[in-house]
Amino acid sequence: MDILAAQIVTGLSIASILLLVALGLAIIYGTTGVINMAHGEFVMLGAYSAWFLQTFVGLSLIESLVPIFAMVAALGWIAERLVIRHLYRRPLDTILATWGIGVMAQQAIRLSAGGELRYVQMPPAMANSISILGIEVSAFRAFVLVLAIALFALTWYLMYRTSVGMKLRAITQNREIASCFGINSNRIYSLTFAYGAGLAGLAGALVSPLKSVSPEMGTTYVVDAFMVVVLGGVESLIGTIASSAILGQLNGFLAFYSNDTIAKACVLVAIVIVIRFRPQGLFAAKVRA
Amino acid sequence: MTLNRRTFLKGTVATGAFATAGFPHIWMKNSSLARAAAGEIKVGVLFSLTGTTAIIEESLNKATLMAIEEINDQGGINGMKIAPVVEDPASDPATFAEKARKLVLGDKCVSVFGSYTSASRKAVLPVFEKRNNLYFYPTLYEGRECSKNVIYTGALPNQQQDDFVPWLVEKFGKRWYLIGSNYIYPKEENNYCKKLLAGLGAEVVNEEYVPLGHSEFSSVINKFHSEKPDVIFSTVVGDSVVALHRQYRAAGLDPEKMPMASLTTSENEVAAMGGDAAAGHFTSAPYFMVWDSPENSRFVESYRKRWGGDKVTHFVSEPSYFQVYLFKQAVEKLAASDITPPNIREAIKGEEMIAPQGKVRIEKENLHTWLWPKIGVCKSDGQFEILKQSSDWLEPIPYKAYENQVCTEQGLKES
Repeated sequence: MDILAAQIVTGLSIASILLLVALGLAIIYGTTGVINMAHGEFVMLGAYSAWFLQTFVGLSLIESLVPIFAMVAALGWIAERLVIRHLYRRPLDTILATWGIGVMAQQAIRLSAGGELRYVQMPPAMANSISILGIEVSAFRAFVLVLAIALFALTWYLMYRTSVGMKLRAITQNREIASCFGINSNRIYSLTFAYGAGLAGLAGALVSPLKSVSPEMGTTYVVDAFMVVVLGGVESLIGTIASSAILGQLNGFLAFYSNDTIAKACVLVAIVIVIRFRPQGLFAAKVRA
Repeated sequence: MTLNRRTFLKGTVATGAFATAGFPHIWMKNSSLARAAAGEIKVGVLFSLTGTTAIIEESLNKATLMAIEEINDQGGINGMKIAPVVEDPASDPATFAEKARKLVLGDKCVSVFGSYTSASRKAVLPVFEKRNNLYFYPTLYEGRECSKNVIYTGALPNQQQDDFVPWLVEKFGKRWYLIGSNYIYPKEENNYCKKLLAGLGAEVVNEEYVPLGHSEFSSVINKFHSEKPDVIFSTVVGDSVVALHRQYRAAGLDPEKMPMASLTTSENEVAAMGGDAAAGHFTSAPYFMVWDSPENSRFVESYRKRWGGDKVTHFVSEPSYFQVYLFKQAVEKLAASDITPPNIREAIKGEEMIAPQGKVRIEKENLHTWLWPKIGVCKSDGQFEILKQSSDWLEPIPYKAYENQVCTEQGLKES
């Protein structure tokens, strides 16, 4: 019983990390249709920003979250302005272009910060475990879970309760008609891309004390993020949170009862089967084309 | 005269033909027969400077180059300088093979120093065996290899575990949890470990492998919670080591009761995970940065002077360094016209030197190295404290887990 409860909490924790990493991708992919292969590199840049702010400025991880969001969002905004903006009508080319941006980001970090693994300190107050209902939970993992849900709520609010969000949804449905109504789609797209990149940066900063920080760390996260988005359904925020939860629990349980190698394989097989029968994902929003 | 495409092409081809005819060394530069021509000895340096394992291989590259520079500053080998040809195989086994071919055939190197992973060593092996060249491999590895074309200066399973496993059983207990990355090295190490444990009457409660590069250990940690092993024997490699230790610490597990005993956690990984996550866990290796010897102080000091004051030396960079000196000692015994890979191999057999870890020797039967295994416990400042050194240097036995096989000078003998 204890083990079962502990395992559910573990699944939630894995899910929260998946959600953090996938949320930015879901927004960018869902609204602009850009398959952002550089998403993992924005995660990596967030982790390196955390390392930079901690080592050279002396900010703790919690204090540096807002600056990290701003820094990585700014980088995302620049990437959108310089490259992606010109490719909205050629979605396949964006794969190559964003992949190129990713490679350049990796090498830029390697040249400036060096190739070795970097250390980001966990906030000392959260370095230990806490007991919730008799289950030992890492305090930091609980914090990540809370923050992931908060960021999800914020994103939902922005999308469905603000005028920027309404314009974004209008553009997503039909860009030309939305422009006819006077919506500046270029500006909205830039903002969306910057916001998505900023979220990725936060994800990177938040996983950095649990995992390792290296120039190549992004490549595994981008795969996880795509799995979440594809399973949940494009253009569906609810789908993103639901599929994070499903994948997190599935991964946790399979890894516990067999091992991580098998869990990874089984999860991939399950996703392939699902998208064979529901190519639009589990929770696709019904949108008139 | 207008320059149309046809005349332009003709002109270019003619110029090219003239250039190659006029300067034959451009295309015949590899035809020189004497390998130690022009007063220099060419060697290859083959460590990844990009890609996933660049993190660690960069430090091996640096240690190798530093040794070469030191030897050259002291006048080289019998007056000849060592000329390193550095290639970047980009952490990719296929590129390793391609670059190895280039170094052996194109550059005519007499030996190559390289590789960190077993996969990359296996990939270059055919090149060195076919061309009868010589490869110097500095990493601890799984053993079970008997090549006449590789000099192995890292530790074998028997050298890392013979002292370590009985010591842990006595100190902590007999219920062991084996966890490793999913590839050949951890499986062979665990193979040998299980043999030792069986002899000691200890029990393996679980044996598990995670994918390479895996970074989510929360389910594994739940299993630690439920199984409550006495010792967690870890052969997880690379950045996974960092994730495992940090998540172990965050989950509130106590190294006093359930320590991780690792063959793969060096100062390098500890720097990335932070001393608080590493403190209290054990590593077995022939070399630690804190080892107190004049040779080691000199090594650490010059390494930091050359590459930066925050750099660490570790149990793979140390062999990368001393193996160049063994190479030097072997070549010193040869006349300039005799410097060929097979002669170097014969000359290096039984060669000894005082390395930073202590006195080492190349075993003539199997070309592995006699080493001094040590047991270290990590402290919160990120350095190890050495608890125990083996009473004598340990013989390398690459087939220790396989009783019917022995590696000899003539090759693998099966009984």
